[in-house]
Amino acid sequence: MSTSPKNTQSFNEHYNFAYLDEQTKRMIRRAILKGIAIPGYQVPFASREMPMPYGWGTGGVQLTAAVIGDKDILKVIDQGSDDTTNAVALRDFFKQTTGVSTTTSTKEATLIQTRHRIPEAPLNGDQVLIYQVPIPEPLRFLEPRETETRKMHALEEYGLMHVKLYEDIAHFGHISTTYAYPVMVNSRYVMDPSPIPKFDNPKMHQMPALQLFGAGREKRIYAIPPYTDVVSLDFEDHPFTPQEFSEPCALCAAENVYLDEVILDDKGSRMFVCSDSDYCEGRRAQGHKGHMAADPVHSNELSEA
Amino acid sequence: MYVAVKGGEKAIANAHKLLAKDRRGDTALPALTLEQIAEQLYLSISRVMAEGSLYDSSLAALAIKQSRGDLIEAIFLLRAYRTTLPRFGYSKPLDTAKMKLRRRISAIYKDLPGGQMLGPTFDYTQRLLDFTLAANEEPSQPDIQTAQIEDDEDKPESTPRVTEMLANDGLMEPDATIDEHHKVGDLTREPLEFPANRDLRLQNLARGDEGFLLALGYSTQRGYGRTHPFAGEIRLGEVEVELYVEELGFDVPLGEITLTECQMINQFAGSSKAPPQFTRGYGLVPGQAERKAMAMALVDRSLRWQELGEDASAPAQDEEFVLSHSDNVQATGFVEHLKLPHYVDFQAELDLIRQLRENWFDQNTPAEDAAQEAAS
Amino acid sequence: MTVSTLLKTAPKAGFENPVLEAQAVFRALMNAQAKPGTLQSLADIKLSPPAPLNKAATAIILCLCDYDTPIWLDDKLANSPEVASYIRFHCNAPITQHRHEAAFAFISEPEKLATLEGFAIGTGEYPDRSTTVVLCQKSLNHAQSVQLQGPGIQTSQSFAPSCVPAFFWRQIQENHQFYPLGIDVLFAADEQIAALPRSTKVIIEEQ
Repeated sequence: MSTSPKNTQSFNEHYNFAYLDEQTKRMIRRAILKGIAIPGYQVPFASREMPMPYGWGTGGVQLTAAVIGDKDILKVIDQGSDDTTNAVALRDFFKQTTGVSTTTSTKEATLIQTRHRIPEAPLNGDQVLIYQVPIPEPLRFLEPRETETRKMHALEEYGLMHVKLYEDIAHFGHISTTYAYPVMVNSRYVMDPSPIPKFDNPKMHQMPALQLFGAGREKRIYAIPPYTDVVSLDFEDHPFTPQEFSEPCALCAAENVYLDEVILDDKGSRMFVCSDSDYCEGRRAQGHKGHMAADPVHSNELSEA
Repeated sequence: MYVAVKGGEKAIANAHKLLAKDRRGDTALPALTLEQIAEQLYLSISRVMAEGSLYDSSLAALAIKQSRGDLIEAIFLLRAYRTTLPRFGYSKPLDTAKMKLRRRISAIYKDLPGGQMLGPTFDYTQRLLDFTLAANEEPSQPDIQTAQIEDDEDKPESTPRVTEMLANDGLMEPDATIDEHHKVGDLTREPLEFPANRDLRLQNLARGDEGFLLALGYSTQRGYGRTHPFAGEIRLGEVEVELYVEELGFDVPLGEITLTECQMINQFAGSSKAPPQFTRGYGLVPGQAERKAMAMALVDRSLRWQELGEDASAPAQDEEFVLSHSDNVQATGFVEHLKLPHYVDFQAELDLIRQLRENWFDQNTPAEDAAQEAAS
Repeated sequence: MTVSTLLKTAPKAGFENPVLEAQAVFRALMNAQAKPGTLQSLADIKLSPPAPLNKAATAIILCLCDYDTPIWLDDKLANSPEVASYIRFHCNAPITQHRHEAAFAFISEPEKLATLEGFAIGTGEYPDRSTTVVLCQKSLNHAQSVQLQGPGIQTSQSFAPSCVPAFFWRQIQENHQFYPLGIDVLFAADEQIAALPRSTKVIIEEQ
C-alpha cells in the first residue's frame, strides 16, 4: 500500500489540467449526467483521440479526466493490480497532467480507474469506480449491427440474449460466459459490465459507490448510480453462480476472493494468488500468511485467520 | 516460496530508453532533419496529414521521425496532438475548380477544356530500382511546360470538371445538393450514427485507412458490388482556404493546401429511383494521395446503393461495416490491445475449459471403453 | 464609448479559476444526480451571477453549456439583456424559443411556469436526447417534503424544494412513467444544488 503525494513539479504546462480541453470535458460531463439518469443505457459521446491507443483504456481515461479535480486521490488498476504495465502508464499520465495524489490503497482512493476487476475491499459512497470498456454493447456478439441493437434496447427486446444463454445450458449444462457476463440494470437495460470475471458481478448490485463506464473506441458512456439493482441474467432452473476457488490465496490465505493462477515451473506446479494486489498486501501487512508466502515470521497463530 | 514481481515503472522507463536508442540508430550517421523528411518523403507526409486529419507538414515530419517511419503510429501521434487544439471556426467550402493545377488527367476524354497535365507521377515510369538515387545524384530539372500535353496560352482562373461537362448534356447526375438547413456533420464532434449521410461517410472515408479503402475499392472492381467505374478526372494542386470572420464581415484567406481530387464516373442503367445516367463516386484527400482518392471514390459510389435504388450484397456497400472499420487508429489500438494483460479473463476461461473437458470426458469415456472392449 | 460605460455593459465575470471551479461544480452536479434529492454545496465557488439568475444556476451554465447546447429561458430570464449577454459571452450557447430544441431550460420563476410539457424527452433509441430543466430555488429546506425512491437512494430520501408550481409533482410522476424517456430536473438554490433524474420515483406524503 503506498500513496504518493501531489506532484506539482511535473505538472505539464503544455497541456490543460487532465489533458482534455474544457469543451471536451463539458461534452463528457453532460454525457455522464445523462448516463446516471438512465442507468445502464449507453450514451453516445464524441470520444476524442487520446495519447494512448484505442483499446488501452481511452474511455476510462476520458471519464477520469472529466471527473478528476485537484483534491482527488487516484488509484489505477489493471487485472486487479496497481503494478501491471498499463496501470502504471495510465497512473503516470494523470500524475503528469493533473499533479494529483495517487495511491494503491483502495480505501484511500476517491477515484479508482479499473480494467477487468472490481477491488475486493468494499467501496463507499464517496468513491467513484471508473471502468475501461472495450465492447460496451452486450448484444454485439449476437447482432453486429448498431442499428439493430439500438432498436432491441429501445423495445426491451432481450429474447435473443436469453436464447443464447439457454443454448449454452442445452450444450454444456450451464452458461459458458465467464467474464463480461451480462447484467440487467434497474430492471430496464441489459448491460455489459466490461470484461470483469463474473465473480465480480454481485459486487455491482446495490454498490454504495457510483460506477461509470467508458468505451473510447466505441464512443459510449454509461453509468450505475449508487444503490441500484444490478442482476446477472439467469434462469430459475439455472441460477447465476459466480466462480469459486477451491483453495485460499497462497500468499495471504484470503478466501472468497478472485485468484490468479501462477505457473511455477514446467512440470505443472502452480499456485493461486489474489488478483487484487492491494488487498493481498494489506492482509499480509496485517500478518495473514498463505502456505507459500515468503518471510515466515508469524507462522502459526495467524494461519487460521 | 513466491514473491510477486514489482517494479513495472522502472521496466517501462527502460523500455522507453531502448526505443529512443533504436530510433536513433547508428550515431555515426547524421540524424534525419524534419525538413529532409518533409521534402523528400512527401507522400508519407501526405498520408499522415490526411489520415491524421491535421494539415501541417512539419508536425507530420516530426511524427514520422518519432514513429521510426511507422505511418500508422505517426497518424496516431498526430491525431492525439490534434485533439488538444482549440477550434476557431469552420472554413468556407473549398472550390476545387479554382485549384492551381499541378496534375490533371481524365481517362474518358482524349482531350478536354483545360487539357491533360501529367504532373509529378509514378505512372509511366518503369519500376526499376534507380541506382543513381543510391549514389545521391541530383536529378535533372524538369521543363514545366512539356509536362502538360496541351498547353493553354491564356490560363483561365478555373478549370471546369469533367463531370460538369457531362452534366451539361444531361448524361451525368447533377451535383449533389445539400438541404440548406442540413448542418454538415463532423464525426470528430458527434459520434457516428447509422444510417449516416453522405457528408459523414465522405469524412469517414477521407480519414480512413488507405489500405482498407484500397482493398474495398478493389473488391468492387472484382465483382463484389460492381460499379462500372471510369476515372473521369483526377486533379492535384493547391486550393485557397478561406474563413468568414463575422466581426470583419468578409472572407479572410488563411493560406493554401494541397489536395487530390478524384471524380469516378460510373455507368448506371437506371432503377425505380433514378433514370439511366452516369453516376459518380467522389474522393478528396489532403496532400498528394491519388491511390487513396481513387479508392475512396469507388467506395463512396458503392455506399450510395440505397439512394440510387440498387441491390446491396457486397462488403463495400455495407455502410456500418465500412465506416466502423475504416479508421486505422481505432483498428490498431484494438488489435494491439491484445498485448495487454488478460490474466483475469484468462483465469475465468481456464476454469471453464477445465470444467467443459471434465464433462466431455465423463460423457465420452464410457463409450470409448465399450468400443475398446468390443475390439479386444 | 468610455472605459466606464464599457465596463458597465460588459458581462459579469465567470469563474475565477475556470478549470478547477468548473470541475468542482460538475462534481457537485454528478453527486446530486447520482444521489437524487441530496443537497450538494457550492459554497466554495465564487461567482457574481447576472440578475435574475442565482449563483447555482449560473454555475450550471458555466459548467455545462456551450455552443452545442441550445438553452431555453423563462420569460423573466429571456427578457434580461444581462443574462443574454452573459450566456453569449461566456458559453456562446444558442438561445432557443422552442422547448423541444433545448438541451437545457433555465427557469427563474418556477411558480409561474404553466407546464413542464413540451421539453424534449428523448426517443426510444436515444433517450439521452432530452432537456435538462433547471429550476431556481429560494431554498431546498422547505417545510413540505416528498419522498424519493429509486437508483441512487438506498431506502428513501426526503426532498423539500421551496419553489415548485402546483402541478409539478403530478407531472414529475408522469415523467417517471415514461422512463427511460423523460426530462431530468436540477434544483438550483444559491449555495446548493439537488437533482431529480427521470429514474426517481416521487411519493407525495399525505398531509
